[in-house]
Amino acid sequence: MSDVVKEPSMLLQKELIARNYDAITSSRETGRKVSSTFVPGNLNELLLCFGIVNNLPEINAIQNGMRKLSGDYIMTAEKSGHSEDVCTYVKADIGMMGKGNIAPNGKPFPNPDVLLLSYTGCYTFMKWFELLREEYKCPTLMLHVPYEGDGQSTKNMRDYIVKQLKEVIIPGLEEVSGVKFDIDRLREALRNSARAEDDLVWVLEQGKRTPSPIDAYFGGVYYIGPIFTAFRGTTDAIDYYTALRAEVQARVDAGQGPLMPDGTTLSEQKYRLVVEGPPNWTHFREFWKMFSDEGAVVVASTYTKVGGMYDLGFRHDPDNPLESLADYCLGCYTNRNLPNRVEILTKYIEEYQADGLLTNSIKSCNSFSAGQLMMMREVEKRTGKPGAFIETDLVDPRYFSAANVKNRLESYFQMIEQKRRGATRAA
Amino acid sequence: MQCFIGIDLGSTTTKAVVMDENLQVLGRGITNSRSNYDTAAKVSKQEALIDTRLTLFRRALADVPGAAGQVDAILADLERNFRHIQFLEQFDDLEATCIGNISGPRFEGIAGAVRDVLEETFRRLRDRSAGLFAPGARRKSDFFRDLAGADFMQVGEAVSKDAGLPFELVLNLYDKSIIEVENRPPAGEMEAKFLRALEAGTMDATTIAAPVQAALAIPLEETYVVGTGYGRVRLPFPKEHIRSEILCHGLGAHMMYPGTRTVLDIGGQDTKGIQVDAQGIVENFQMNDRCAAGCGRYLGYIADEMNMGLHELGPLAMASTKQVRINSTCTVFAGAELRDRLALGEKREDILAGLHRAIILRAMSILSRAGGVKDQFTFTGGVAKNEAAVRELRKLIAENYGDVQINIDPESIYTGALGGATFAARAALN
Repeated sequence: MSDVVKEPSMLLQKELIARNYDAITSSRETGRKVSSTFVPGNLNELLLCFGIVNNLPEINAIQNGMRKLSGDYIMTAEKSGHSEDVCTYVKADIGMMGKGNIAPNGKPFPNPDVLLLSYTGCYTFMKWFELLREEYKCPTLMLHVPYEGDGQSTKNMRDYIVKQLKEVIIPGLEEVSGVKFDIDRLREALRNSARAEDDLVWVLEQGKRTPSPIDAYFGGVYYIGPIFTAFRGTTDAIDYYTALRAEVQARVDAGQGPLMPDGTTLSEQKYRLVVEGPPNWTHFREFWKMFSDEGAVVVASTYTKVGGMYDLGFRHDPDNPLESLADYCLGCYTNRNLPNRVEILTKYIEEYQADGLLTNSIKSCNSFSAGQLMMMREVEKRTGKPGAFIETDLVDPRYFSAANVKNRLESYFQMIEQKRRGATRAA
Repeated sequence: MQCFIGIDLGSTTTKAVVMDENLQVLGRGITNSRSNYDTAAKVSKQEALIDTRLTLFRRALADVPGAAGQVDAILADLERNFRHIQFLEQFDDLEATCIGNISGPRFEGIAGAVRDVLEETFRRLRDRSAGLFAPGARRKSDFFRDLAGADFMQVGEAVSKDAGLPFELVLNLYDKSIIEVENRPPAGEMEAKFLRALEAGTMDATTIAAPVQAALAIPLEETYVVGTGYGRVRLPFPKEHIRSEILCHGLGAHMMYPGTRTVLDIGGQDTKGIQVDAQGIVENFQMNDRCAAGCGRYLGYIADEMNMGLHELGPLAMASTKQVRINSTCTVFAGAELRDRLALGEKREDILAGLHRAIILRAMSILSRAGGVKDQFTFTGGVAKNEAAVRELRKLIAENYGDVQINIDPESIYTGALGGATFAARAALN
């Protein structure tokens, strides 16, 4: 494969991620404590208050997927008894442990000192950490975030989360780290978060332009990198989003589309899509190319909201620190009910002037996939724009059938083209 | 005249349709895809153009008083003779290729004897070939490979035995050569062959020679060709000449039945549920996910397991008196279930009825994912020719969607190519 062309923000992000892996793998020497936690409901600002390093198993699975290691890890996990239908993030993680638990920097991961489990809609998270707890015998701090089954949060839910933060999570982290909680430190981190969040939202909303200067799915997963992981609340994240914003602004000024991995820009945009569901990581570039070769750009996506729906107005708030952490967790995309997701998708189609909704349904992810077909039908009905449904997997390479995916995508793009040409003639 | 051509490169067969500027179908052609889409596209197109000539003959003969009432017989005679001439040409090619392939240490000292065996075999087969194309003769297949191969085994073995040579030697030559010949589209001008067919005919040449020659003189201009199907990327066409099979099937079904709103296509390796609007524009589609369970190949596999021909499955299933429940649409599991049921003493026809139901249940699930069945419903693809599958489909459509008109065109295997030809015509004419 040819070398990937990267923008300065991508290089900066790469350096940030490398630095975090180094912080994790050198924690035994530096004496820092390590927490494992998940992207949705990630309480990074709180971890910063205790000087705890944040290790995210989902990100490790993605890294291993993109580096073509996950297939082997998944088979290792299956050998130890994990079924073919289990979430492949989990199996990639378990398999990685079975193969020496080596981090992307080539050094072994230390055992976590604490498992911080913020439960935000994905039931598998609980089972995943149950397995890790068994393995590492370390304390697990569970933050139970009530599901927004009725489509909105209530004061009760918020109070319930704040109470858990005060009574379980903060004392637990104090005990693990030996550091006393300082709410002013949290306020400072939240202030940093909000600044980065403003820039991220600005970037994502540029998808409303024609041509769109961003790809909000394949490019978008890079854009959310720092803020969804170990950097939210840091000045590093502020710097990253300042740089990213400048790059996107430059493309807006030049009337250019997003930068492709081969160094070209996708400025001839024939199809504008909204995408629901996570991407496939094992064939990420091949998958992206199926879109860009046809002139398809993703103008908005829901996957880039799993770690927070900032575009709907939420910001971390230094004046209401614990309450805003609670609101953040409640509002993650994975914690929203089906009618709410339909509303969000409909709004994206309309506000981003998209040609339709593409659903990438993930074989091993029930929490994302359940109800997606119904959602798509409803969005089609409300917007009058055609939808399409493809099926792949997160990090299991066995479930990416390139010929079939390409076939459906091409059919979908031609269908959009045909509809656009109007009802009077079909050619 | 202007010809608009659609070619559908399927996993099993490749189909072509030729259409005129009034969107009337002039000819259809089909061939096996033979893992060589370039040749398959050429051969199917050639076949469709041959069929187009026959249509033009029919039109020309319609005005000839002396031919009244005999047009069908005349055309059948002409086509038979044409096919025979074409067959013999390919046969000569096969013989020359076989002889040309006699080389290497295996043939040392016996090359002459092998050559004699081949020449004698081909001589006998050539003599018998007239019978294959005699009036009323039933051919199991029209593909050259099948026609040439069937008798070769029998005659070649006998001739080898008489010559005291191992038949494998000859058979190996044949196997190697048939692939080469099959991947060369029949050579020579179609028009010249039709003229020879006319001369060889039993019909009164004085009445029909002039109109047939006049029809042959019409140039067939390949105005616009559209390719579709799994092999479409192999076509040496510019991108705008390639359409997805979803769109082609939707439009093809609309051309056959303009009232169509839902299309089900069960092909060799995929099953598609398509919704179209009143203009044949695709509104929605779903295809089988991740694996080809429940597609046409499923029946092919079952036929192999039961040591039957694919076309014998439907009729046998129709003879069932009770249905055995088969749960799996996984091809491999269905084979296991099949043997299990046979071991339990279930009848073949009853098991087959269950297998047909299993495949249609799978299709019903794809249809419901595609948004259900709306009136009218058009069923296409190779499986639409299977009466047992159609019977189950009718039952399940009635149970789930009530009174819906179900359209099945006898030429439904050409639906994708028909849609392709229509796209070609519209692209050129609009």
